Amino acid sequence: MENKKYWQSFGERNESEAYKQSVKDEFPKAQEPQIPFDESKGVLDAVTPRRDFLKYLGFSTAAAAIAAGCETPVHKSIPFANKPEDLVPGQADYYATTYVQDGDVLSILARVRDGRPIKITGNNQSPIYKGCTSARAEASVLDLYNTARLRFPYIKDKEATFAQIDKALASDIAGNVVVLTSTIVSPSTKEIIASFLAKYPGGKHVTYDAVSYAGILAANESTFGKRAIPSYKFENAQTIVSIGADFLGTWLSPTEFTKQYAVNRRIDEKKPAMSRHYQFESVLSPTGASADYKFLCKPSEWGKVAVALLNAVNGQAVSGISDAKLVEGIKKVAKDLAETKGKALVVSGSNDPNVQIAVNALNQAIGAYGTTIDWAITLNNRAGYDADFAQLVADMNAGTVNTLLVYGANPAYNYFDADKFKKGLEKVRTTVSFSSFDDETTQLCKYKIPDHHYLESWGDAEPKSGYFSFIQPTINPLFKTRQWQDSLLKWAGAGLEYAAYLKQYWSAKLGGEGGWFNAIQTGVLNPAETAASAGAFNSAAVANAISAIGATKTGSDIEVLLYQKVSIGEGQGANNPFLQEMPDPITCSTWDNYFVISPKIAKSLLNIDITNEGQSDDYEVHPEKEVLKLTINGKELTLPFLIVPGTQADTIGVAVGYGRSEKIGKAAKGSGKNVYPFSYVKDGFVNYNLSGGKLERTGEKYTIAQTQTHGRYDSKIGGKRVEVMKELTLAQFVHDPKEIFKEREHEFEEFGGLENFEKQGTIYPYHEKPGIHWAMSVDLNACTGCGACVVACSIENNVPIVGKGEVARFHDMHWLRIDRYYSGDVENPDVVFQPMMCQHCDNAPCENVCPVSATNHSTEGLNQMAYNRCIGTRYCANNCPYKVRRFNWADYTGADSFKNNQDQKLVGDLGEVVLDMNDDLTRMVLNPDVTVRSRGVIEKCSFCVQRLQDAKLKAKRESRPMVDSDIETACQSSCPSDCFVFGNVNDKNSAISKTRKDNPYRLFYSLEQLHVMPNVNYLTKVRNKTEMEEAAEA
Amino acid sequence: MRLGVVFSLVFFISSTSLHAQDGKALFQANCASCHSLTKVLTGPALMGVEDRWPDRKELHAWVLNSSAYLKNGKHKAYADNLFAQYNKNVMTAFQGTLNEKDIDAILDYIKTAKPAAVGTPTPNGEVKADDDNTMFYGIITVVLAIAVLILIQVNKNLKRIAEKKEGEPALATPTPWYRKKSVIVFLSIIIFLGFCYCLAKNAIGLGQYQNYEPTQPIFYSHKVHAGVNQINCQYCHIGVYQGKQATIPSVNICMNCHKAITEYTGAPLHDEDGNEVNGTAEIQKLFKYAGFSGKGDWDASKAKPIECTRIHNLPDHVYFNHSQHVKVGQVACQTCHGEVTKMDEMKQFSPLTMGWCINCHRTTKVQFNDNGFYSMYEKYHEQLKSGKIDSVTVQMIGGTECQKCHY
Repeated sequence: MENKKYWQSFGERNESEAYKQSVKDEFPKAQEPQIPFDESKGVLDAVTPRRDFLKYLGFSTAAAAIAAGCETPVHKSIPFANKPEDLVPGQADYYATTYVQDGDVLSILARVRDGRPIKITGNNQSPIYKGCTSARAEASVLDLYNTARLRFPYIKDKEATFAQIDKALASDIAGNVVVLTSTIVSPSTKEIIASFLAKYPGGKHVTYDAVSYAGILAANESTFGKRAIPSYKFENAQTIVSIGADFLGTWLSPTEFTKQYAVNRRIDEKKPAMSRHYQFESVLSPTGASADYKFLCKPSEWGKVAVALLNAVNGQAVSGISDAKLVEGIKKVAKDLAETKGKALVVSGSNDPNVQIAVNALNQAIGAYGTTIDWAITLNNRAGYDADFAQLVADMNAGTVNTLLVYGANPAYNYFDADKFKKGLEKVRTTVSFSSFDDETTQLCKYKIPDHHYLESWGDAEPKSGYFSFIQPTINPLFKTRQWQDSLLKWAGAGLEYAAYLKQYWSAKLGGEGGWFNAIQTGVLNPAETAASAGAFNSAAVANAISAIGATKTGSDIEVLLYQKVSIGEGQGANNPFLQEMPDPITCSTWDNYFVISPKIAKSLLNIDITNEGQSDDYEVHPEKEVLKLTINGKELTLPFLIVPGTQADTIGVAVGYGRSEKIGKAAKGSGKNVYPFSYVKDGFVNYNLSGGKLERTGEKYTIAQTQTHGRYDSKIGGKRVEVMKELTLAQFVHDPKEIFKEREHEFEEFGGLENFEKQGTIYPYHEKPGIHWAMSVDLNACTGCGACVVACSIENNVPIVGKGEVARFHDMHWLRIDRYYSGDVENPDVVFQPMMCQHCDNAPCENVCPVSATNHSTEGLNQMAYNRCIGTRYCANNCPYKVRRFNWADYTGADSFKNNQDQKLVGDLGEVVLDMNDDLTRMVLNPDVTVRSRGVIEKCSFCVQRLQDAKLKAKRESRPMVDSDIETACQSSCPSDCFVFGNVNDKNSAISKTRKDNPYRLFYSLEQLHVMPNVNYLTKVRNKTEMEEAAEA
Repeated sequence: MRLGVVFSLVFFISSTSLHAQDGKALFQANCASCHSLTKVLTGPALMGVEDRWPDRKELHAWVLNSSAYLKNGKHKAYADNLFAQYNKNVMTAFQGTLNEKDIDAILDYIKTAKPAAVGTPTPNGEVKADDDNTMFYGIITVVLAIAVLILIQVNKNLKRIAEKKEGEPALATPTPWYRKKSVIVFLSIIIFLGFCYCLAKNAIGLGQYQNYEPTQPIFYSHKVHAGVNQINCQYCHIGVYQGKQATIPSVNICMNCHKAITEYTGAPLHDEDGNEVNGTAEIQKLFKYAGFSGKGDWDASKAKPIECTRIHNLPDHVYFNHSQHVKVGQVACQTCHGEVTKMDEMKQFSPLTMGWCINCHRTTKVQFNDNGFYSMYEKYHEQLKSGKIDSVTVQMIGGTECQKCHY
């Protein structure tokens, strides 16, 4: 433990000069924007001090005069004409609805303030998602107010009315009609599509997913006779093995899986036990970061790993794999799998049916079916079948498709052979797109009939068979848009609107209108618990699959893996500034995609040895990274690179979803490049890993805005390095649960032990906290780094978007960040995530240094920030040991009285996207309970004080003591793995008091040696390893 | 000393008003919007209501659910007649809101109340003595200053006469007083200080709009509604107990009563400048917004909102919640809004400055024992019991901390 070192950046690992310098100075001069007067050496030492003084004086006087001379604006107060009875202005209402995007489903509640949805929270009535959200669902509320939304229908790029559209299409929809969609999870919509197509003989419905899961569908078809995906039960698994599946980040239904996964990752200190997670992967993913053991293999070896595991479980020798570490790993995993039969689960992210068949055989061998995989309930998130779409593209090119209606799908952007699709599209006489945005495919369509945003829509969803989730509108449509189901119903001549259709459809099923109203009120409809079914496994296809896998070549050349990022996904998040600015859990980068390369390639190609102080500094301190050129399968791609330890030595990872048309939103403009064209079809299935690449240097530079080195801790205390977070292996913890506790006890011995440290460790007086004392606990064991909390926090607290340029110069504004730490082996390190926000120190160093007392302490233990008092000295930020204070370098929000505070000459480059966030439409997403900060003030996590105040008021109005269920901070409510616990620690019965009481040995406060007395505690990360000691740092 | 008297007076008044009778409060909260004691409003005047009904039991039944009573009440004939007389407006059913005890309390109140004594609600706002004092002191200062000047002049003259008498030659041209250095210095300091004072006062006053009284689209008299007709504030400002905003009433709330009240028959109304206002014409303006012809049924869907001018404006970085103060803190509306019952046109009574808020938070006591929420402040409960403190102020539970209002 003592010799293990955790590092966020290579500089920190090597303790380089640049790193040491950066620790000393939070605001390096070079990064500060130049103000119009040269005061770099102080006003008095300026070249012309008198003139500068007069300038300042003149400016201040003029500014004060302008501010004073402004006429007071007259505010109108417009009441309702007829106030709805159950609506209280200024009070939030919650409507149960469902987030649906291309097959991704989440049962949610929309928080509606005075008619505008402003925040998404989970619906805890849903047994699948249990009240959590994801980063993308949280951010989706901003899509509603995106300025790039199509505001009315178009015919041939000319504005049209719905009447004109309907009239024109009455004759234009003819001949061979195809409805092309992404996976549809709505049962009523499927029925509507069917009834619409029934009108057109030969009509077809083709489902197409941007990232294909057809491999799994096909494998299941050949081994279980069903083209479907069973539901997974990670909560029942003791041993979890993933072969390249990022099931906590992007694979299939990550939010659901994270919820299940976290169940066995939390530890009961009295009976320490947890599931063991093995990850075989090629590019470091958040899932790999959470794994207990991680083994690196090439993407082309995934199948071989599956086969080798199958053989080893069956008692045969491991063959076909050369890497010794990997072989050892496979043996270890196989042993564990064999020992935990019936409590084990293997998943794979490959789209090769052969690999998936081998995985199915392996799951059959370890008894996963019926225990950790349930065939009684299927997952409906992805249903696209590659061959169907390939057939459609061929038909289009052959001219046999006359009418194409597109909903959700965007092949012109994300199909591997987009050009062929585009050519085919030209031959289709009538093309109709229902997309809300003018995306790549929509741009090529004759009719654009924008659909409502889901928060304006009616609908239903069935993410898992039997589990229904309902959509109800939470706001009147903002623009002249129409639900696409309405269009289909109209053209099919159904004579009723979708809302009525849906009501009829469900009333019939739920025993009348009452049942339907109940259903939309709760938002979900759940079946009774059923016993898991094992399905009927047919091993006929296994032998063929294994031999096919054996025939795959794994050369020594460079392989490329196209992966998805948690934030952007398949590309749906590309036009959402919150998602673009959310730092990637692994690379901590924003706004771009890039080559993820291994330390080995960095050394051989770029002469960067990350263990070498000078070379790693040179790479790390400059946000400008060299652009590399990748040549593969005759195609070229130039992108900058990032070195990520934990990447397989000869593998390069590139994220899909970037390089989108700027017509879908300002945020998409100029961020990254599209790499979908590099995927290819093999045996009828789209493949996302390629081999035979060649990587070259170009000498050009490109800026990547990373947050990696922004939060630096001066963790040398008294000359001794102190780690910000703590980690143990399960073996260590079982052997001596008190290890951390003893360490802490020892540390505070001279201050009278742990209990007396607060009072005896300081010369400052002790302040009472009568009544309430807010506190938070963060379980590092549960955190998977998914970033839902980061986005939830930003939206709840009106945290501004600052754009790429500002992030690159360390001006990112996130109140909550997730620090990623590496430790151990540089080639394949262990990774720990630590959510870091204001720790609300009871003895806060920031408070002492504020000259105007803008930040001070409340009797409830909150470190308060009064924006209007702040004069922007930034002393507090410099003095904060956790580096969580953020400074408004520019007027990001447009909240200033002086317009030219957004003048780019004064404050530097403010991106278009920042200004777009100040649009009247986009500003509708702002939380009216939270002040929008202006330029020149510091801000930071407030523990969602507006929610705390609201919770107290609610209890007061009802004249009762406050309870846990009254309060939920934004991060806490979003977290899929429930790692946050929040509440009043003065209340012995609160969850936070219990958590602290139940976890005395894992509990620690970050940097508590400083005697800052944080109100946020962490629970030590425990990795389920059998080793007693981590390998000491080389 | 004077200040002390003023404060104790304020406290005395406010403490007596807190002990208002239950029945009166219930009447104000539930009945007053449609009934007066002496006047016919939407419903009949309630003075002597018990004489018109056989016993209280029947009255209970009527109040709790009048439409049910109309179907099968004992005293049906009278009820039917009453119903017809008041335009067949159904009286709100109070089942669930009031119980029989409450109704008894109201009836007791009606019995004992003297119309004159009903009067206006006791004002318990801040007493504004400052202005009068300033004037007073100012005059005294001026008078004294003049006296000093006169005395100096007299003194000088006497001195000169005395000098003359003694035979000493008078100075040829004595320096006039206004050219003496000491005087000039003294005066410039006074002028400078005066300038600073004015500057500071005006700077502090920036953005403060006490007594702001904009013209509203309809001359709506709070005096007529809340004063003369004693409609409870909450009847129109429905949000005040539940939410952040007290809310300006929507048209349908106005029309609850004004469907029946189509003309103004009260005392003459005058606007700020003393011009007479035609009350009936103002009601007609309301009907225009409501889309109501003045007769027959009103179609609520035709209503248009009334664009009022907002009087009480707080800066964006201030969070204020009415329910916190009115429901939880039991603060009377008049404390901040002044004697609304005497105002024709509404104006901003309080300065709404942070100092004003904080001062109140320093001295106001919370409903410490009555509200279950405060049970968690164990330490204060112990101190209260042991007599160490006699009450808990808002400040003691953190009411003067930044993030109670700024976030």
